[in-house]
Amino acid sequence: MDKFQTVIMPKTGWFDIDLKEVWRYRDLISLFVKRNFVSKYKQTILGPLWAVIQPLLTTVVFTVVFGSLAGLSADGVPPFLFYLSGNVAWTYFSACLTQTASTFTSNAGILGKVYFPRVVMPISTVLTNLIAFAIQFVMFLVFWIYYYAKGEVQIDKLVLLLPVLILQMALLSLGTGIIVSALTTKYRDLQMLVGFGVQLWMYATPVAYDIGIIPEKYMGIYMLNPMTSVINIFRKAFLGLGDFEPGYCLLSLGITLIILVVGIILFNRVEKTFMDTV
Amino acid sequence: MDNLAIKFDHICKEYRLGSIGGGTLRGDLQSWFAKMRGKEDPNSKLADAGRVPAGSERFLALDDVCFEVKQGETLGIIGHNGAGKSTLLKLLSRVTAPTKGTISYNGRIASMLEVGTGFHPELTGRENVYMNGAILGMSKAEISRKFDEIVSFAEMERFIDTPVKRYSSGMYVKLAFAVAAHLDSEIMVMDEVLAVGDMKFQQKCLGKMGDASQYEGRTVLYVSHNMNTIRQLCSRCIVLDHGKMVFDGDTETAIEIYSDSRKNMEYHYDFTKIPRGIEKNIKLEFLSMDVLRDRNVPIRTGDVVEVRLKCRANSDFDNMKLRFSIIAADDTIAGTMFLNEGLAAKTGDELELHLGLDTEHLAPGWYRFDLFSFESNDFGLQECYDRVAGAPILEIEKRTEKDLEWLPQWWGHAQFPDVRLYSVH
Repeated sequence: MDKFQTVIMPKTGWFDIDLKEVWRYRDLISLFVKRNFVSKYKQTILGPLWAVIQPLLTTVVFTVVFGSLAGLSADGVPPFLFYLSGNVAWTYFSACLTQTASTFTSNAGILGKVYFPRVVMPISTVLTNLIAFAIQFVMFLVFWIYYYAKGEVQIDKLVLLLPVLILQMALLSLGTGIIVSALTTKYRDLQMLVGFGVQLWMYATPVAYDIGIIPEKYMGIYMLNPMTSVINIFRKAFLGLGDFEPGYCLLSLGITLIILVVGIILFNRVEKTFMDTV
Repeated sequence: MDNLAIKFDHICKEYRLGSIGGGTLRGDLQSWFAKMRGKEDPNSKLADAGRVPAGSERFLALDDVCFEVKQGETLGIIGHNGAGKSTLLKLLSRVTAPTKGTISYNGRIASMLEVGTGFHPELTGRENVYMNGAILGMSKAEISRKFDEIVSFAEMERFIDTPVKRYSSGMYVKLAFAVAAHLDSEIMVMDEVLAVGDMKFQQKCLGKMGDASQYEGRTVLYVSHNMNTIRQLCSRCIVLDHGKMVFDGDTETAIEIYSDSRKNMEYHYDFTKIPRGIEKNIKLEFLSMDVLRDRNVPIRTGDVVEVRLKCRANSDFDNMKLRFSIIAADDTIAGTMFLNEGLAAKTGDELELHLGLDTEHLAPGWYRFDLFSFESNDFGLQECYDRVAGAPILEIEKRTEKDLEWLPQWWGHAQFPDVRLYSVH
């Protein structure tokens, strides 16, 4: 006799993210993005400039350590730009991953008191970092234009793939992040592992070196890392470096999707009751 | 107005006792592995009690709770600590999901669980107001329209652009309440929110919640340990006890059940078993009392209830008086009756008094009587000798069925003679 608008039930299916509901909460997403961004730089003097300083300094360190001291090849392009390109992309990915991974635990206060679709949190994290990425990317472009004017780098038509690359990084970090966050509500061990794991992952990705140093026989295993292809295409697009292999690109997209789906399934499982275990 | 707003259908919520984490990965893998092989789960509740690890004991915070709330109703939820009140509100606010059963509701829910619904400390009051609105699913434009009203209700004009981490707890709760109360939600869920605010603000909040249900047709669920605010606000109450719902009905009865003060009317009372403490000198000791009345005839306001009181003189006296304090269901004293004829007796005498208790001015309701024996001196001071509490208990009904239902929270416990009408011009 009575029709109710909302029904709360103990468990949901394996795979239901109510996208319509998420869309209704878009104002909240934008507010969260603003909140994350604003509160991060509150009471700092340099403010969002920090977003630029971090990758810049890392790049300088890489250039000195890997480029000059270790003598790893940058394959003919200016080493500074080579490391910067890898860093800018990697910074976005790793920031998204580590922050999504701690979504539940770091926001337990607000999540314990009010309801909104839980997936709003990781989505807004990914978007917040997109702003930081935009700033860093502009910085990268400034340097890039400088070297381009000097004729030391060349552009490739793969540049058109840039939105796809960004989306893939966002989805991959979202997927990995929510897998970790879903598991950290119960097993805090993963929290310890994340910071360290991201570091290791970076060395499994051609950020600080060129892919050319990987022996051919390990290539199959090496390319299982979806970030490898992303960084490669990014470098190919802006620096004209290396080769573009569509097969590896599709493989990396496929792995990204699998991780995302697994992430959503796990997230669904814990979403409703994680407050009891967090 | 008869639309249902909320329906709880056989809700259970199970928690695990002891610590969570650490060793549970092993436990989880064990359970999973056992399930895979089709064997009994070594960690299940049904397993041999001796083998269940200490950390995995289960606890039902809510046990098969069913109730319905109509739109526009103000429902109070009372119960002792650990009865499951907060769990119930948490389930309704969708902070966590039930283990069994379904909850259905219409409209949006504005909830205030504990202080400061999800305020972010770094943001200013203004930004938090917008964020809270967005959490409820409101758009920016909707919030902007209500913004000034919220700020003036919270009396926070000066501080609205200060980060909330610098607020006092009173300011915090004021703003949080103002937001929850003013946003366009069909259901308001309030948990112990008023404990922090000062008296004036508490009254303002209660008024606001009352208005919200009466004039705006919003449904209010209110949890508190303060029975006065429950009385003031709620038209209906449910009582929870150890996760079970023990009562659902009118507020007064609910409070009686909660405070465990309700006892049934009896017809014979034995006072000899009642410990009297180290009373110095009980000159007149009460022994027993019988209510001389047919059990099937209800007592109505105006009836004289006849009782037989037996007592014993432990020493000589010649001007002993009796006093009956009448205590209403909410533990307030409704009034007092005296037996002013002085009694006289010699040591060892047993007296049997036949008395009439006139209920002329007692409003319909439930009362217990405390008995005192005392002597008064020439200066109007009294010396008490014996005291027994809680006898008799009378349930007094309306004079006639047509009379109004008596509302003690607003009308008190005494029904005075009707106003005399001399003339109408």
